[in-house]
Parts: sequence; C-alpha cells; structure tokens
Amino acid sequence: MAEASLLLCRRLTRRFGGIAALTDLDLEVASGAIHSIIGPNGAGKTTVFNCITQNLSPTSGEVWFRSDRIDGLTPDRVAAAGISRTYQNIRLFRNITAIENLLVGMHLHVHSHWWGAVLGTPHTKREEARAHAEALKLLHFIDLAGRGDLLARNLAYGEQRRLEIGRALATRPKLLLLDEPTAGMNPHETSRMMAFIQRVRAEFDITILLIEHQMRVVMGMSDRVTVLDHGAKIAEGTPPEVQGDPAVIEAYLGVKSAAPTAARDHAASLLGAAASER
Amino acid sequence: MKTLTKAATTGLLFGVGGVYLALVGLLEMMQARPIVFGAVNLGQAVLALLALACGAVAARDAGPAFARAGAGLLGGLLAGALMALLQVIVATVPLQGMFIAASPALRNMLAFGFAPGPGALAMLLGGGIGGLAGAVLAVSVPSLRRAIVAGAAAVVIAGVFQELIQLMIQYEGIIGWIRDFVYTWQGLRPQGAVAIFVIAGGTSLVLSHRSSAGHVPSPDQRRRRRFISAGVALLVLVLMPLLAGAYIGEVLMLVGLYILMGMGLNLEVGLAGLLDLGFVAFFAVGAYTTALLMSGSSIGLLHLSYWEAMPIAVLVSILGGVLFGLPVLGVRGDYLAVATLGLGEIVRIVVLSDFAAPLLGGPQGVLDIPKPSIGSFELGSPVKLFYLTLVCAGVAAFIAWRLENSRLGRAWEALRDDEDVAQALGVNLIRSKLLAYGLGAAFAGLGGSIFATMLGSVYPSSFQLLISINVLALIIVGGMGSLPGVVLGAIALIGLPELLREFGEYRYLFYGAALIVMMRWKPEGLWPSEVRSRELHAAAGEAEPVAAMEPG
Repeated sequence: MAEASLLLCRRLTRRFGGIAALTDLDLEVASGAIHSIIGPNGAGKTTVFNCITQNLSPTSGEVWFRSDRIDGLTPDRVAAAGISRTYQNIRLFRNITAIENLLVGMHLHVHSHWWGAVLGTPHTKREEARAHAEALKLLHFIDLAGRGDLLARNLAYGEQRRLEIGRALATRPKLLLLDEPTAGMNPHETSRMMAFIQRVRAEFDITILLIEHQMRVVMGMSDRVTVLDHGAKIAEGTPPEVQGDPAVIEAYLGVKSAAPTAARDHAASLLGAAASER
Repeated sequence: MKTLTKAATTGLLFGVGGVYLALVGLLEMMQARPIVFGAVNLGQAVLALLALACGAVAARDAGPAFARAGAGLLGGLLAGALMALLQVIVATVPLQGMFIAASPALRNMLAFGFAPGPGALAMLLGGGIGGLAGAVLAVSVPSLRRAIVAGAAAVVIAGVFQELIQLMIQYEGIIGWIRDFVYTWQGLRPQGAVAIFVIAGGTSLVLSHRSSAGHVPSPDQRRRRRFISAGVALLVLVLMPLLAGAYIGEVLMLVGLYILMGMGLNLEVGLAGLLDLGFVAFFAVGAYTTALLMSGSSIGLLHLSYWEAMPIAVLVSILGGVLFGLPVLGVRGDYLAVATLGLGEIVRIVVLSDFAAPLLGGPQGVLDIPKPSIGSFELGSPVKLFYLTLVCAGVAAFIAWRLENSRLGRAWEALRDDEDVAQALGVNLIRSKLLAYGLGAAFAGLGGSIFATMLGSVYPSSFQLLISINVLALIIVGGMGSLPGVVLGAIALIGLPELLREFGEYRYLFYGAALIVMMRWKPEGLWPSEVRSRELHAAAGEAEPVAAMEPG
C-alpha cells in the first residue's frame, strides 16, 4: 500500500491564532482511488485541501506528493507538480468565457513567451492552436460544447460546476481535489455529477480526493473514507467500516458510543439524512 | 400615483441640476458661446436639453401615451419652477456674496430678458413645453427621434466649434460658397443651422430606413460597422492637424500622449486588475531618461540623438516598472491603490530633492533637449510630433492587442478575477505581475520620452498625481480593458476640455460628472471590451493548422 500511495500527509497541523483547525492529521491517498473526506461542518476538511495545495501553509507537518515534499512550495508549483482543485463555492473566472477559463487552466502546458505573442511567431501560433484544440476537446468532455463562448458567469449552476472541474483537469493533474462537487444539487443532478466524476477518473486516469456531505455520494463512490471532527481524524476505512464506526456516529449525532446496537444502526441510517440536510 | 411621484422627483432632480449649473457659473459662461450667431447660445441649448431630458426621463415607463405626456409636462414644469424660483431669488436677494455667479447677467438669462415676474412665468412655461416635447420625443418613432437628435447634435457641433471648422474650410470655389452660406465670420447663420439640421437629420432618417427595410444587423456586421467608423475616425485624426492647423495639432498631440499612457495603464488595470495610482512615475522616468541622455545642458550625460535615447528610455522605464512592482507584489485591491499612490509621490519627491539635484537638476529641471530629426528633417512642430505619437500609439495598440489574446493576457485576466485561483492553476504571480508593471511602464515611458522632446525641457512639476488620475479616468470612461475605449476616453476627457478652453476651470467638474454618470448608467464604459468568441472562431480559421499538425 505504501508504495502505491500518491499523497501522504504526516502530522499535518494548521492553527489560526489559538484555534487548531487541523491537528496531527495523517492522511494517505492511494494512487487511482476515490478517497473521501467527510465530517461535520467546521471539521477542517477544506483546511486539509488548502494545506495540500499550499493556499495555506501548514503550521507543522509534512506533505509528500509522489516522491517530493511539497509543503512550503507556492501554489503554482504545487499545480505544476500535478495537483489541481475545485472550490466549495464555485470560483470560476467569471468575466471571461468558458473556453478561456479552460485555456487559463492550460497555462502550464502552453509554451510561449509574451514577445512571441507580440511578434506572432510560428511557434506561438502553433502552441495557441494546439491549446485551442485541447480546450475544445475538454469542452466537449465536460458537456459544454457550443457554450464555450459564453461568459462563465452566465452559465447554469451545473455547467459552472463542470467547467470548474474541466479547468482543474486542464492542468493535467495526477491528483484532483474536489470540494463538495454536488453542493446545492437535487438528487437527479447529484446522480449525474457522480457519473461524471466516475467518467473523469476513468478517462483521465487520475486519483480523486473528495470532500462531500451527501452520504449517498460518499458511500456510493469512495474506495476509502476519512472522517474528521474538530480537526482530527476519528475514523478511516472503507465506506461500510466507517458507517458502522461508533465514533463517527457520535460525531454526527451526538449519540454515546455505548448505545445499544439497534440504536446505533438507526443512527447510521440517519447519517445520510443528517449530513445532506445542510 | 407611482408615475406621479417619479415624474415629480425627476423634475425636482433636473431642476436642482439646473440650479447647480447656474450657481457654479457654467450657464453664464456657456451663454458666451454662440451656436447660431445672434439666435441661440450654448447656455440656452443646455437649458433646453435639460428640459427635454427631464421630460423624456419622467415619461419613461409611465404607461399609456397620455400618461407619459402628462408625466413629461409635470417634470418639466417642476424643473422650470425651480429655475424660475432661482431667478426670482437672484433678482430680490443679494446672493453674490456667497455665489459669485448669481449675477444680474445670470438673472437676465434665466428670465429670457424679461422682468422677474414675467421671466419666471416664461421659465415655468418653457420648462413645461420642454418637458412635454421631451416626453413626446421619447414616445415618438425611434427613427424620427434619432433623426432629430442627430440633426440637433450636428448643429451644436457646427456652432460650438465654428472657429475650428471655418479654419479647415478656407478655400475658394464651391467650398467657399458653402462656407459663406453656412457661416459668417462670427458664427453659424440661421439658414446654415437649418441646412445642417436637415442634412444630418435626413441622413440619419435614410440610414435607419435602409437598415430597417433590410434585416437586423448581425453581430458580425455590427462589429464591421464599428471598425469602419473607427477607421474613419483614425483617418480624421491623421488629416485633422493638416487641415486645422497647429492648435488642433497640439491638442491631438496631448490626446496621443494620453492614449499611449492609457494603453499602458490598461494592461495593468484593465487586464491584470492592478489598480495603479502611481502611473505618472513611469512617465517621469521615461521623460527624465530621455532628457538626461539628450540634453545639451551641463547635466546632460551623453548628448544622444532622440532615436538612440528613446529605446533606452523605454528600457529604463521597464526596469522602473519592475522595481516599482516588487514592493507591492503582495498588496491587493484598495491597498494596492494606496501603496502605488505613495510610490508615485516618492518618485516625484526624489526628483525634487536636493539630494538628486546634481543629477536631475532639482526644481530647475533639465533644459535644452533637442528635437528629434530624421536625416535633416527635424520634427520640430507639435504637428510633426503628433505623427510620431500617432505611430507610437499605433505600435503600442498593436502590442497591447496581441498581448491581450496571448497566454500572458489570459493569465492577467485570470489574475484580475481571482488571484488565488489563478495561482492554484499554475500562474506564476510574481512573473505575471512584474510583466504587467514592466510592460505598462514601457508605454508610459515612451509617452514621457516624446513629452520631454516636445517641451524641450522637463520639470518635476510636470509629473503630478493628477496625470495618474487622468489616465485612470479615461480608462474607466472608455471601458476597462478595451483598446478603442482608451482612444475614445482620451478624446472625451483630454481632447474635448482642451477644445472648450474657456471652460478649463470646470474641467474637473466635468470629470466628476462624467465619472459619476458613467459609473451609474454605463459602468462598462463608452466602448466596452468585447467578449472574444474563440470556440466558434475555431470552426472558421484555426481548425486547419491544428489538423495539419496532429500527426506530428
């Protein structure tokens, strides 16, 4: 397992002043997996993402990606190493078009200089044409063909979600971090998004780390689930293992772990409902 | 009821606007500028325009035609009432201690030459009629409305700028005959005004009929039409100084310099979203570098020719831009504006200081800068330098346009929208930002270089904060991130106030008003940047090279 792991966080800690958002988190993401992070609101899930992409620098601890230590790098270097992400509240470049969003995502893989662009060198033109073709393909993949010239802010909600994932894919990541991709979606849209995420993994052969609140999504797609509460890991395992874990149930429902089995089962079945309520 | 309230508020607002214009002295000053000699002056035209606009605005969304007419009438009456009240007050209360402009001349104007009583009645009636006319105009057929507006605008332009226009048509023969028909040496003749109104209005009518008879113009056609009009404007720019003489040349020269600077700041603010209030520093660096390299005075360093000095000045400006950018790399938004404001002032104060005086000449500046020459042909006059500026602005526009559509340009736009996300996608913030400062500075430095050789001397006092603000204002008015917008903004904010010289002291009042109006009603600017269509564009032209290189 260890040699197959793509991402490794060791004793990852992040404090905001006196408040510990994340305490001594050990996290190992296996190559090719869909790995979910769940936990109640404020458990520190998004902080994990920020500490991996170095949008926040960890207070202490290490982050290893493939065989390199990436904590302390700038976010653009982390992206170049092969990690890309989406955001809980969609953060597209709202005032440029959909296809331009994808082209920005391809920034790392378009090799041209500004003076080449000014002079209109053949190399620059070739690079632009290549990037453009790739962006069109990607646009097709995220099911936005024909919508590429719309400003990002004018796209429908689901389209914006897909475009954000497409933009992240444009950086050609090995590891894709998805922060609540189904937030604000109805059951039908959620199912479509789940299928889409599966398609992303199959087509791009990448590993996905997922923050999710809808238990249906987590339990239906994950190979492995990590549960956080108050910035610390309280459980980890396959979906069924986590679902039955007393510590998890307690964290979500406040039920004492000494509760009888029947009550615990009941609580476990409520887990999905409780979590998707928000 | 709602309509009534709205009409009343509109009327009062326009009335207050009119009172304001009168009390700051603008109306009286405008009165001195005739449109049709001996018949209509600019002040009266502005009063009429106020009433018309008031009626039109009050009538908007007021429902059936009669309600609109009523709303317009009410609005106009109220606005007129306020103006009439002002006139009566000016006539009875000695206000001049507080408002210099509240003079008998103003009263006389507001009363149309009548005594206070009848004058107030006339103003009230005039307001009502104007408001009603505005409302009727607002509900009339669009093509007719456009024709009337076009005709009136043409008459105003022909009248207000009559001196300039007459200067341009000093020929014998048929042109001379037309000139004598339209103008006397004092201004527009009534018959000329009628002829211009009919011709301009008629042309507008014909044009709108032609377009409505056919089909709605596609976006492509509209774009082509816009670019044709831009081309015509450029041609006019090129020919204007030849026809209209040195004064216009000087004004256009100034406009050209601001266009250059605008292009530069547009890269920083419009594309990369780096709000820079210290932009004048780069202009100063370019000017001083050129001055020191060329000057024949004792502090001149190398006595280079202009063509040797200019590239060096641009390079030094780029360097200056990068150095300027370094300390503010991590500063964002409003804070960045304040930080750059400080940096810009530091540059000016350093230049002024005793410390740098042996090198830069202190408050005395650098004198004796020769003019550029091509062979033995010296670009001595502002008109000749204007062409140099125009060429430089053209090159700058080309570079800016190419950059806009490049990898770097996209990175800048991403930066403008969300810096963190751009960085998380692999955009190197330091590099992109420093390039924005450096390239923006290059354009300003080029402008400064021309400025130095144009004046033949540079002084620290030429590089005030106000220049930064002017450049920023013209970008905002023109349209953030839009190249044609920069040109339009420079013409509107730099060129027009220069042409209307006597209103010079009200310049910043115009600026303020223009900015507020733009922000409120057209925040995207006069000529907003266009949304590029890249996806569909591919089907037309770019698909082939891709297919051709796919096997490789």
